[in-house]
Amino acid sequence: MAEMLKVEDLKVKYGVIPALKGINFKVDEGEVIALIGANGAGKTTALHTITGLVEKSGGRVLFEGKDITHTPPHKIVSMGIAHVPEGRRVFPELTVYQNLMLGAYTRKDGAEKAETLSGIYRRFPRLKEREKQLAGTLSGGEQQMLAMGRALMSKPRLILMDEPSMGLSPIFVNEIFDIIRQVSEQGVTVLLVEQNAKKALTIADRAYVLETGSITNSGKASDLLEDDSIRKAYLGE
Amino acid sequence: MVSFITNLINGLSLGSIYAIIAIGYTMVYGIAKMLNFAHGDIIMVGAYIAFTVITTLSLPVGLGILFAVGGCLLFGIAIEKIAYKPLRKAGSPLAVLITAIGVSYFLENMALLIFGSDPKIFSSVVPFQTVAAGPFVIPGTTLISIVVSLILVTALQLFINKTKPGQAMLAVSQDRDAASLMGISVNGTISLTFAIGSAMAGVAGVLLCSAYPSLSPYTGAMPGIKAFVAAVLGGIGSIPGAMIGGLVLGIIEILARTYISSQLSDAIVFSVLIIVLLVKPTGLMGKVIQEKV
Repeated sequence: MAEMLKVEDLKVKYGVIPALKGINFKVDEGEVIALIGANGAGKTTALHTITGLVEKSGGRVLFEGKDITHTPPHKIVSMGIAHVPEGRRVFPELTVYQNLMLGAYTRKDGAEKAETLSGIYRRFPRLKEREKQLAGTLSGGEQQMLAMGRALMSKPRLILMDEPSMGLSPIFVNEIFDIIRQVSEQGVTVLLVEQNAKKALTIADRAYVLETGSITNSGKASDLLEDDSIRKAYLGE
Repeated sequence: MVSFITNLINGLSLGSIYAIIAIGYTMVYGIAKMLNFAHGDIIMVGAYIAFTVITTLSLPVGLGILFAVGGCLLFGIAIEKIAYKPLRKAGSPLAVLITAIGVSYFLENMALLIFGSDPKIFSSVVPFQTVAAGPFVIPGTTLISIVVSLILVTALQLFINKTKPGQAMLAVSQDRDAASLMGISVNGTISLTFAIGSAMAGVAGVLLCSAYPSLSPYTGAMPGIKAFVAAVLGGIGSIPGAMIGGLVLGIIEILARTYISSQLSDAIVFSVLIIVLLVKPTGLMGKVIQEKV
């Protein structure tokens, strides 16, 4: 499998406080990788550094062999990386349709865009129903679907998902994880940040465990699910 | 009755000029999240450019307007790039505010240095003096101001709602980070906003000085403040709000000047702002800002 994303010795500081103390991880093409850890471990920061939303104080990020360490966020999406941010971050005063079209902002292929849109409406029929509704009036689960649909509108090869299950009812959580699996089956590589470690490890191929800015454990997701220390710390057993 | 309606039309005309300026204020606030107190002085810059081209160089009026609008557009972009952009990462709204006041003084003093302090007589760019419609005799500039502002506002609404850069502006105003994840250049969008707002201020400068022909380095200051009041009155950040705020303000100003007192008219204008804000702190069309969880 070809290496898609490689993060080398990545360091981030917020003021003087180190948020990431030199982490290394990689994502191969077609994989689902989970980044798990407690609140404040640095998971969101790790995703933000990849898409350039946070300044790095050291290290490198490589995507398909290209150095994207200093690429500004608005140039990332056209390279093939979409980021579904924590808290969905849909544009609340725009309609569902406008939100989705902004997902395809950098695409220049008019006809194919319409095809992608109808594909997304097939996957999320609820978004089709609410096409003309303002995104801010959707429920949390629907907003999550919109945020995912918006990211998929860019036809990414790699999708970063930050806490997609946060604040959702259990029914929606299952639905969201089903969708992540479907997205992966269609050939999109997934890097998933989750506090719901059990769910994340169930659908992931491999996983990394972040603790206060360092990676403390990694391996096959199925092995980590059986790991005693992981079970104690993250699976509540 | 005829004179009341004539005054109403005059108010509408002054109000539509305020509206054009207020829209620039409100757009910059909505998208760059800053109060550009130098916005009013752009009006003055536009008027001086038009004056120079039309009166000093005796070139055609159309060319004067074109240079005024183009010049203001470039000024707007340059001011944002040089004065405000470097401060954006510092994240202190106060620093940007003080800088904007500094830019305002800079522009006024630059005009003072180039053109001197004595007022110039600006010759109207409108080719006809008055238009008679039944019992009403309306000055040409009045009519043109209303028509031009209607065209500008309609064009702006179409631009924002129907074009990609317009949608990008809305996206940036609602969530800067999320917009950049869509591939939208936040800096580019802010630059575009300044360009549009400043070009509109250039138009306002030409219209304002056609209606009130005395041009000095401080010509833009008061209309700038009035337009800011109009933007707040309408609900800052809202384009329809700025439009309505501008019109309401212009009408109140002219009616107060005619029927109450010409000295008190400004005081009355600002009192209206205070009363509206006491009753509805978000302005007429403003939305209650909800804290994000």
